[in-house]
Amino acid sequence: MRLNKMAQQTQQSGQSNKIGNYLLLIVFVVLALSVVALFVAVETYFIGDIIAAGIFAGIGGIALAICLFLLYQYRRQATEVKIDIPKVMTTIECQNKGCANKTIREFQRGDYIFKDLDVACPKCGGKQMITAIYKEVKVKEKTYSV
Amino acid sequence: MSFIPGNDSPILQILSLGMYVFFIIFIFYGQRIQMYVMVREVENSLHKLRIIKEEGRKTAIEAIKEIGKPTADPSARVDRYLEYFTIGPQSMDPAGIVHKLDHILDTRDERLKEDVRIMAPEAANNDVQINNLENTLEAAMALNYIYKVVRHYYIQGKKTLSLYVIMQLQMILPLVMKEAEAYASALKAFAYGQPIGDGVGPLIASKLMHGYEVRKVPKDCVVASVPFEGRNALVLKAEGPGGNVGKPGDAIEHVIEEQQGNIACLIMIDAGLKLEGELVGEVSEGIGAAIGGPGVDQFKIEAKLTKYKIRNYAVIVKEDVGDAVSPMRKEINDAVDKVIERVRDVVKERTKEGDTILIVGVGNSIGVGQ
Ligand SMILES: [Zn+2]
Repeated sequence: MRLNKMAQQTQQSGQSNKIGNYLLLIVFVVLALSVVALFVAVETYFIGDIIAAGIFAGIGGIALAICLFLLYQYRRQATEVKIDIPKVMTTIECQNKGCANKTIREFQRGDYIFKDLDVACPKCGGKQMITAIYKEVKVKEKTYSV
Repeated sequence: MSFIPGNDSPILQILSLGMYVFFIIFIFYGQRIQMYVMVREVENSLHKLRIIKEEGRKTAIEAIKEIGKPTADPSARVDRYLEYFTIGPQSMDPAGIVHKLDHILDTRDERLKEDVRIMAPEAANNDVQINNLENTLEAAMALNYIYKVVRHYYIQGKKTLSLYVIMQLQMILPLVMKEAEAYASALKAFAYGQPIGDGVGPLIASKLMHGYEVRKVPKDCVVASVPFEGRNALVLKAEGPGGNVGKPGDAIEHVIEEQQGNIACLIMIDAGLKLEGELVGEVSEGIGAAIGGPGVDQFKIEAKLTKYKIRNYAVIVKEDVGDAVSPMRKEINDAVDKVIERVRDVVKERTKEGDTILIVGVGNSIGVGQ
């Protein structure tokens, strides 16, 4: 049961990661804008408009602080551990040659390859055996064209 | 004072002053900054390793509680188990070292299994469960060790503030993390008794031997006599479905002696490490004793083969470290029939009808019956 929980967790974290990437982009844009705002503040200060300079400096400072805080948070999140555990499936085949009914279900504790099952074939009532246990990794591996 | 002649804009002045400061800082502290970045990277990985390790310990304890039904809390005993070490034999005078190593490994194996029996009294008489628990604990042990070694170099690097200590650690870190993740998924597979990628050898052997009479051979292996392309094939594998690699070296010696050396060829089937860029589940063929581990089994097999001048062919299924110890991937499962075809070709081309051949499926037999 722990396994299932882990699988769900990893799915969720995968989604939040995608959102995280967009967020990161926005954060960087805001970061750049806040730096510009600070520069403008300095410039307006030298021109002599102290009130405008104060406003620009305030906006820039707050935006910068928020961005840095978000980046710090993101970093902490990124270090959280994800152990990806895909579902392991058990293939059951009917031993009756004429039937060869095949069912695939999730792995249960106690399953092993070439285990004779007590449960009779739902089609013909023949004996059933576990013929394969494997996991399917869905993520496509990056291929490098070399 | 103007840093840029001919331009008096105060912003440009500040900017160029900033640039100078930046350069000066980098000239004197560049390496130090680089080191802090590296330390940070290592810190993150170490943090991750600690979580993986804790998770492994928890999984092991839970599995023991669930299967073994101990009366007392096994945590303290598990912690002691995780710190268990093995001292290798002295190699100053290497003659006879293989048997010394063999003896040490036997003692270790026995000792660990006894410990597991004490921890899990309910499963004490169930070899399958004991083997699975032992494998689970060994994976947890490996994770614990990896964490401690990385932590050692990390602290040492921080203490000495040496770029080179930190750099070495940072360089191998991706590989270390990959291995740790592999062990983490192995732990789950072992706790649940799922077949792993390394089990492809035993899986192929049991596909060949299924339905024929099976007998046990020392140590922890099974063998069956199977008609194969008009030859008599002795098919050998570690006994399943418990997590167990057996001692194929001893088993092969035993079978060859039983046949008085009258064996046309030995074909070993194993999972082989793939290089990056190769596909998982690729089948390739060669010669030599295809067996991993500390080398004891390989030594014994080679010695026996040389004595009787038996040819040794190998067929391997390519996979990476992670695949080898985590639940078997579909690609590896699909390679089984391809390997059997390859073995068929080798047997047809290299032996005569009526010959006796020995086919060995090397690897961990967890989740694979016979
Ligand atoms: Zn049926």
